[in-house]
Amino acid sequence: MYASPTDHVVATSWTDAVRLLQEGGDGARILAGGQSLIPMMNLRLATPSLLVDVSGADRPGIAVEEDRVVLSALTRHADLERSAEVATHCPILAEAARWIGNVRVRHRGTIGGSLAHADPAAELPCVAVALGATIRTTGPAGERRIPAAGFFDSYFTTTLGEAEVVTAVEVPSVGAGTGCAFVELARRNGDFATVEVAAVIELDGAGRCAAARLVAGGVGERPVELMDGQDVLLGERPDERAATEAARRASAAVEPSDSVHASAGYRREMLGVFVRRAILRAAARAAP
Amino acid sequence: MTARPVRFELNGRTVEIMIAANRTLLFALREDLGATEVKYGCGEGVCGTCTVLLDGESVNACTMLAVQAAGRSVTTLAGLAGLAGPAGDGREGGDGGELHPLQRRFLEHGASQCGFCTPGMVLTAFEFVRDHPGSGREDIRVALSGNICRCTGYTKILDAVEAYARSTAGSADG
Repeated sequence: MYASPTDHVVATSWTDAVRLLQEGGDGARILAGGQSLIPMMNLRLATPSLLVDVSGADRPGIAVEEDRVVLSALTRHADLERSAEVATHCPILAEAARWIGNVRVRHRGTIGGSLAHADPAAELPCVAVALGATIRTTGPAGERRIPAAGFFDSYFTTTLGEAEVVTAVEVPSVGAGTGCAFVELARRNGDFATVEVAAVIELDGAGRCAAARLVAGGVGERPVELMDGQDVLLGERPDERAATEAARRASAAVEPSDSVHASAGYRREMLGVFVRRAILRAAARAAP
Repeated sequence: MTARPVRFELNGRTVEIMIAANRTLLFALREDLGATEVKYGCGEGVCGTCTVLLDGESVNACTMLAVQAAGRSVTTLAGLAGLAGPAGDGREGGDGGELHPLQRRFLEHGASQCGFCTPGMVLTAFEFVRDHPGSGREDIRVALSGNICRCTGYTKILDAVEAYARSTAGSADG
């Protein structure tokens, strides 16, 4: 079980990577951490003719700006776990990163790669949508900023254009009145999510929900924003009653698929359990 | 697809091999460099069998291309004795024959049956205890949850790692 023949070239910058992708044509793929691509190559599910290695195209940095955190696409999952900036401004990224694969995967895998890979059962796409993150790209037509909600199209498919590369991710800073939580059901440590939920809940001075984002993974072809659940919470105290009702409505609205890992019915039922859990945990973390 | 020279450090010595782009670090180590202590388990990065340290951090050799190791330092189980644990209890220049204290614990506790998971298990445990001195059994269990063992049922592996963690905890930096 080994990869088909391929070529490997190192990009010196994001612009260089775009050029190399264009020159490489249909068979050219970006190689960052390789923790999704190389297993696929080993299984012959992917047979790129050229790997454009972007590991040196940028520094894997995390920058704090006035109201947001900007993460290089090369930021590793392990960096998210360890970063003081993430812990202060958007700790849900670290909470989610801990669920990704195993420690070795997290030492190589990157946020740019995870988002571009767009597995609907992966952790970071779900959290990116819940946080209202913006994905920075560069391509033949120049730079773009794509809202996460509009970035994921279908299974392993994004709205990236040809030869377009993710360069960074902007994450709005989470204020004191907002609590976030990421919860996941996986059969074993490191498995992809059966279901996962990211909750971002903002409370007003009276402890009522001023804003809520509930996003689920594992229940559709891309991260699903649970509108019905969110509507239940708005204007209400996010207590047991509200959380349970939001979970019931969210669960009724999704249309998961059957798979060898879990049936649609099981995913639907578990979504209810984990929506309720995520809401209560996020609400508890929203400081008055 | 042509083979290109790739140079990196393996267990403290510089190596250079001609390697094709599609060859994983795992196959390069085993077949081109004779490091058969690095085992092939799944080829997908989920079993932990092929764990090596890259610049001191654990990685799956099967999900890295050999060309990605250029200029880096790779440590396999054979190089572990040359590395210091949290208490500085390794010995320099280990090159077969010497055992790291964690390896001795595995022997003492009977934590190996067929031995196939052992190199990956030891390196993962070494890294975890090094970076989280004083950790208890439950944290060790979670840390090793990415390393599959089909023989032992894990109990003696946890015994060995827990004993090693306890033995190094007293001298860990605060």
